[in-house]
Amino acid sequence: MAIRAEHDLHRRRRSRNVGLGLVLAGFVAVVFGLSVVKIRMLGASQAFDHVLRPEMLEQDQ
Amino acid sequence: MSDASLITREPEAQFGDYVALLKPRVMSLVVFTALVGLLVAPVPVHPMIGFTAILFIAVGAGASGALNMWWDADIDALMRRTAKRPVPAGRVGAEEAAAIGVALSTISVVMLGLATNFVAAGMLAFTIFFYAVIYTMWLKRWTPQNIVIGGAAGAFPPVIGWAAATGTMPLEAWGMFALIFLWTPPHFWALALFMKSDYEDAGVPMLTVTHGRKSTRAHILAYTAVLAPAAVALGLTSIGGPVYLATALAMNAWFLKGAFAIWRRDEMQAELDRYVTEKAFFRFSLYYLFAHFGALLADAALRVTGAL
Repeated sequence: MAIRAEHDLHRRRRSRNVGLGLVLAGFVAVVFGLSVVKIRMLGASQAFDHVLRPEMLEQDQ
Repeated sequence: MSDASLITREPEAQFGDYVALLKPRVMSLVVFTALVGLLVAPVPVHPMIGFTAILFIAVGAGASGALNMWWDADIDALMRRTAKRPVPAGRVGAEEAAAIGVALSTISVVMLGLATNFVAAGMLAFTIFFYAVIYTMWLKRWTPQNIVIGGAAGAFPPVIGWAAATGTMPLEAWGMFALIFLWTPPHFWALALFMKSDYEDAGVPMLTVTHGRKSTRAHILAYTAVLAPAAVALGLTSIGGPVYLATALAMNAWFLKGAFAIWRRDEMQAELDRYVTEKAFFRFSLYYLFAHFGALLADAALRVTGAL
C-alpha cells in the first residue's frame, strides 16, 4: 500500500532522496556507456548461426 | 505516526552533507592531477574510458576523505576550522561515514579496474589504504612529519592516472609524484606559520608547535631546495618540453627566493608586517602546482599536434 499522506520526514529528506536517485541514475549511465565502448573496442565479431559464412573460413582450408 | 518527528531530534542530514563528507575541494586537486597524469601518458585513451577512470579515482579520493572524517571526528570537533564538518556537527553518524567510506572505496577500486586495468586499481586501493590507515589512523597524531606523509597520499593521483592509461608506472609518473610530494610540506607549513591554528588543543603534533617556528622556516627552505631540482628534472624526461622547462625554471627560482626570505625572517619581523612574506609564498605555491601540471598538459598538446 502506497503511503499517501506526505509526512514532514519526507519533505526533510527530499534532498537526500533526489540526490541519491540522481547518483544511481548517473552510475547506470556510466556503466552502460562504458559497456558500449568496451564492446565496440573488441571489433566486429560474428559466429556461425545455422548458415555457413564463407568469410569466416580460414584462408588455407 | 506523527510522533516520528519527536524521535528524530538531531539535525536531518541533507544531500550536501554527504557531498561534504567526500571533501570536494581536495577532490578537485585529485581530478586535475590525475587527469594530467592520464593525458600526458604516451598511450591515447578513449574519452569515455578516461572519463570513467578520473570519475572513480575522484570517488576513491572522496571515500578516503569519508574514512578520515569518521576516524578524526573527535579531533575535528575540537578545532574551529573543522568543527562544522558533518560528523562532528552531528548531522551524519560516525558509523555511517565509515560505511560510506568503505562502500565507495570498494566501488571505486572495482570500477577503475574494470574500466582500465588492475595496476591502476591496485594503486588506487593502496592510496586509500595509505591515506586512511597509515596517515589518518597512525602517523597524523604521532609525528610532526605528518604533513610529509599526508603529502605522499596526495601525490599518488597522477601515478594512478598514468597507470590507467598505460598499465605501467615508469619514471615519468614518479616524477609527477615527487613534484606534489615535495611541494606539500613547504606549501602547508607556510600556511601553518600565519594561520595560528588550534592543532595544539586537539593534540595533533604540528611542526610549528613541536619544533618551533624557527625550525619550521628552516624546514620550508630545505624542502624547497630539494623540490626545485626535482621539478626541473621532470622537464628533462619524455613528458617535459619547452613550456614545462620555462615554467619550472621561472617558478622554482621565485619559490626558492621566497623560501629563502621566509628562512631569514624571525617571528618579530613577521608579526610586524602580518606575515606578508609567508602569505605571498603560500598564495604563490597554489599557482606553482597548477602551472607545473598545466605546462605538462601544454607540452603534451604540442606533441599531439606535431609542433614538437
